[in-house]
Amino acid sequence: MTIELSQTRVPSTEPVRTDKEIEAAAEAAVVRRRRRVLAYRLALLVLLLGGWEVAGRIGLIDPFFFALPSQIVMRIVTWILNGTSQGPLWFEIWVTMEEAIVGFLTGAVAGILAGIALGRNQFAADVFSIYIRIANAIPRIVLAPIFIMAFGLGLPSKVAVAFVMVFFVVFANAFQGVREADRAMIANAQILGASKWDVTRSVVIPSALSWIFASLHVSFGFAIVGAVVGELLGSQHGIGQLIAIARGSFDSPGVFAGMVVLIVVAMLADYTMTAIEHRIVRWRPAALSDAMSD
Amino acid sequence: MADVASTPAIELAHVNRRFLTPNGRSLTALRDFSMTVGRGEFAAIVGPTGCGKSTTLNLVTGLAKPSGGEVRVMGQEVAGIDPRIGFVFQSDALFPWKSVLANVIAGPLFRKVPKAEATANAMDWIQRVGLKGFEHHYPHQLSGGMRKRVALAQTFINKPEILLMDEPFSALDVQTRILMQDELLQLWGRDKASVVFVTHDLDEAIALADRVFVLTSGPGTVKSVYEIDLPRPRVISEIRYDPHFIELSKLIWNDLREEVMVSHGRERAA
Repeated sequence: MTIELSQTRVPSTEPVRTDKEIEAAAEAAVVRRRRRVLAYRLALLVLLLGGWEVAGRIGLIDPFFFALPSQIVMRIVTWILNGTSQGPLWFEIWVTMEEAIVGFLTGAVAGILAGIALGRNQFAADVFSIYIRIANAIPRIVLAPIFIMAFGLGLPSKVAVAFVMVFFVVFANAFQGVREADRAMIANAQILGASKWDVTRSVVIPSALSWIFASLHVSFGFAIVGAVVGELLGSQHGIGQLIAIARGSFDSPGVFAGMVVLIVVAMLADYTMTAIEHRIVRWRPAALSDAMSD
Repeated sequence: MADVASTPAIELAHVNRRFLTPNGRSLTALRDFSMTVGRGEFAAIVGPTGCGKSTTLNLVTGLAKPSGGEVRVMGQEVAGIDPRIGFVFQSDALFPWKSVLANVIAGPLFRKVPKAEATANAMDWIQRVGLKGFEHHYPHQLSGGMRKRVALAQTFINKPEILLMDEPFSALDVQTRILMQDELLQLWGRDKASVVFVTHDLDEAIALADRVFVLTSGPGTVKSVYEIDLPRPRVISEIRYDPHFIELSKLIWNDLREEVMVSHGRERAA
């Protein structure tokens, strides 16, 4: 058996290479793969948009409802160069972002505080749990009309919608994160001399942080959804308002252009969140390739 | 004063400890459990899995309360967590978001030691456990043995008079374990805390301890106590080949084996 093995192995051995050569080859392979993925992505995009454009032009789909990619691009270019019907594009984006950011920050802070407070208090958790479940069962977005009636067409109503969208997600995760804090670690802190507040501050909150961050990530998207839905229902400015106006005048390129602007804004926000997260949660094991570089 | 000093460090007298399982059934972990550990004594507890070894430690820390009987530390009944106690856990109980220095210094800072003094002390302990230069590393950047060293420094910096250890080295590989056992004996030799060391490894218990308590399979109670009269200082890597060590090991194993078989049989039946 062993003889057979060594016989099959010896001829298959490649000419001896140094570690450097192997590493260089591996790196080249990685670069090649990355380029291939990128090429396929671009090809897919061109295919989709091109197909859409062609289908619209030859009448396979009705451009009146579905617009054409070229029209959408032209609309965005016009918005950037000449402004929208409501004012400069940047101002509209800023209005939506302001609503989303204020709603996100207030909702996140409230959610974290409530989640930690309730997570650390078993009795309060038992009392509130049923109501939290009920509140969670309400599709929060249906509250938007009420907020608009109550707080008017301006910033406060949109902030309120974004707030409820964010609050429950962050709250649920902060609560769960606190409950999942490692028991041995808490016992260790207590025996080392930690007071209840010390345990919360230096064990429970840090260990809940990765749960909280996971929720912050998705909930910023929710904050934008909340702000835009609020604007759709009634407002004077914002991307949601642009979309609402376009819809009102059967201007489908305008609706799609508003969506594209939203996508770009949401993705930029997502990248920013990831960057902040990496800065704060530094103690987590890095990916292998990172660990090797330091 | 004299009679305070002569009281044993730890005393468990006829302790019962019952648990409620999550489905509401009452489960007895310890029944009529009695043991005493003298000041400066190194006691080891061995027993089959699930015999309540860890429960005894939780009772001494005050993290758990006895359902019956009495638990006394330094002559006083346990009420809450005693600051004279140190505990080394089986699992990794280090704070992963704190650096080595921040982990070691945590105890003194919780105990309101001024920061400058605590830092100097922590640096000293980090050096003593051989981790100088790793102060600003995070636990995930260290090996299992190094993490255990941090855990030892974290516990010893509080100068515990009573040291409780719950299978602290069970997750380490054999070579590292022997190194850590030697290190523990050296650290212990300085201040001679009273130690209760829980393990399922009989050889480890004999190599380290002055007395070995063998527990019955659950509900746990002390089956027998063996004096380990091997001379100190001991060198763990060599003591295993000492004829007297082997003799003791055989003797205690005969005792322990029955309990292991009972516990094993019960597990297979379940």
